[in-house]
Amino acid sequence: MKLINKLWMLVLLMVPAMAFASTGVHLDAAPGNLNDKASLQRGAQFFVANCLACHSAAYMRYNRLMDIGMSEDEIRKLLPEGSKPGSTMKAMMDSESAKAAFGAAPPDLSVEVRARGADWVYTYLRSFYVDTNRPSGVNNVVFPLVAMPNILGPLQGDQALEVVKHEGGHEVETLKLTTPGTMSTKEFDATVGDLVNFLDYMSEPAKLVRYKLGYIVLGFLFILLILTYLLKKEFWKDIH
Amino acid sequence: MKLLNDFIGWVDERFPLIETWKYHLSEYYAPKNFNFWYFFGSLSLLVFVIQVLSGIFLTMSYKPDALFAFASVEYIMRDVQSGWLMRYIHSTGASLFFVVVYLHMFRGMMYGSYRKPRELLWIIGVVIYLALMAEAFMGYLLPWGQMSFWGAQVIVNLFSSVPFVGNELSVLIRGDYVISDATLNRFFALHVAAIPLVLAGIVFVHLIALHAVGSNNPDGIEIKKNKGSNGIPLDGIPFHPYYTVKDMVAVVIFLMVFCAIVFFAPDMGGYFLEANNFMPANPMQTPAHIAPVWYFTPYYAILRAVPPMFGSQFPGVIAMGIGAIAIVFLPWLDRGKVKSIRYRGPIYKAFLASFVISFIGLGYLGMMPVTPTYTLISQVLSVVYFAFFILMPWYTKIDKCKPEPDRVTFK
Repeated sequence: MKLINKLWMLVLLMVPAMAFASTGVHLDAAPGNLNDKASLQRGAQFFVANCLACHSAAYMRYNRLMDIGMSEDEIRKLLPEGSKPGSTMKAMMDSESAKAAFGAAPPDLSVEVRARGADWVYTYLRSFYVDTNRPSGVNNVVFPLVAMPNILGPLQGDQALEVVKHEGGHEVETLKLTTPGTMSTKEFDATVGDLVNFLDYMSEPAKLVRYKLGYIVLGFLFILLILTYLLKKEFWKDIH
Repeated sequence: MKLLNDFIGWVDERFPLIETWKYHLSEYYAPKNFNFWYFFGSLSLLVFVIQVLSGIFLTMSYKPDALFAFASVEYIMRDVQSGWLMRYIHSTGASLFFVVVYLHMFRGMMYGSYRKPRELLWIIGVVIYLALMAEAFMGYLLPWGQMSFWGAQVIVNLFSSVPFVGNELSVLIRGDYVISDATLNRFFALHVAAIPLVLAGIVFVHLIALHAVGSNNPDGIEIKKNKGSNGIPLDGIPFHPYYTVKDMVAVVIFLMVFCAIVFFAPDMGGYFLEANNFMPANPMQTPAHIAPVWYFTPYYAILRAVPPMFGSQFPGVIAMGIGAIAIVFLPWLDRGKVKSIRYRGPIYKAFLASFVISFIGLGYLGMMPVTPTYTLISQVLSVVYFAFFILMPWYTKIDKCKPEPDRVTFK
């Protein structure tokens, strides 16, 4: 009976652990590491310099970058005109004109990684290819017909979509670099990796503290468990 | 010390303080053979308190306004001191509330806790469960993400399938023709004031009813049948201190699980906090796949398993509704000679096992996109689910039960 009880509990606790069904294209694993402050800072610099032209991060304050080890001076250097360290990250371009230019308003990126997943963003940013049928001149494997132009193109170079037919008839789409950019593929992947690492941090700044706090809380509860168990044992001695 | 005793004496002359303490704790005799399944009642009460307290703190910074709701949740997550902690405690508490309540309900089913004289206690429990579902459903709209919005849209639309009054009914619930600011405001009012008040009231009544009839136990026999010369059940022990200290161990173990989720996996892989819900609600963009949170999915799967009849979804809605309240009829469906699964025959055990499999299976299918195979499996499992109830008067009667012991089995 005891064993059955335990098995039931196991089965019931397993329910939420069942894996989500994945859909669509294969995603490359993002090489993120939230403990790597240098990578987070490189990502932050790159984000402010490149992404904030069109995108906002309306829930992220500049002075929050102290979390990832940036000094106040370093943060001040990043600030666009008119922003204070306590300001949130606004886009240089306003949403309406961006919509007029690209056909869709650029989404806010504050929680983009939580909504899409780090792997998705990492793969997406590296999966643009030349498609002359598109107004932006590019298309994307992960996000077909996306309105965003490939602003990282000059760094990455141009890619072409190649469909390789395998034996048995199934087709595999692969991207091939046709014109090299200013970065090698390795450099470019590392840069995007840093950026996605930063976006991951930005989507949940509390992540940096919650693990640390978690160990302390669980340690405390473990000691409490021993004490309460001994208390219970002491009281229940008289029950036969 | 004398001052304290004087004070208690002063209060006791004006309020039944000591009497209440004795009646509900120090002289409430509970069977001594409770196993771990009996922790989930007090744990449900604990989660209720956790939800009320964390909810109060969230309410201090949350803005129930379609323009600001999503941003105010992110404000709580980033700018409010320990706001992220309160939010994760509340979101984890919501899911774990259902975990402990489902285990608590299953305990009642296994040991026949719904049988005479505990029918009313059981009915009150089902009412708590329904109120809890309403509470969770309305709370889920508040973050105002894509899943909040579209989940509410799908569920409230179900009410519009009610014949004749459907459209008026769904407009009444939403306060608008679509899920909108008006809906958010009324759901907020119901989530933070109305339903918690109802819950607190019926939880209190649930406890009063329990202490009037006394607790069942894993043997399903009445300890009040064997009383000592002092009138105290021979197999009963005072709830305080014995079960208070025992429950404390369970509370700490539960909090360890709770905190492990809060600090290390608050999303629980998308089951407690869905990824899509980190996109602000957008009425113009329907997500490709809308699924309710895991605790509603068994009923959602039943809804989708029933094909539309006469061009209406209503039969499915009825099936879903009956599926959710079916357990309330258990006291009158069960004709078994014994209460506890320990002394039941193989037929009952097989039916209960198939019921659990169907409930978990439906829960899984309710999260999945519709495919013909999944729909077929959902239909089979729905039949199994309802067969457990419909056939119960018959199979509990013919089942071969083992004889119950006179006294509870302990160690």
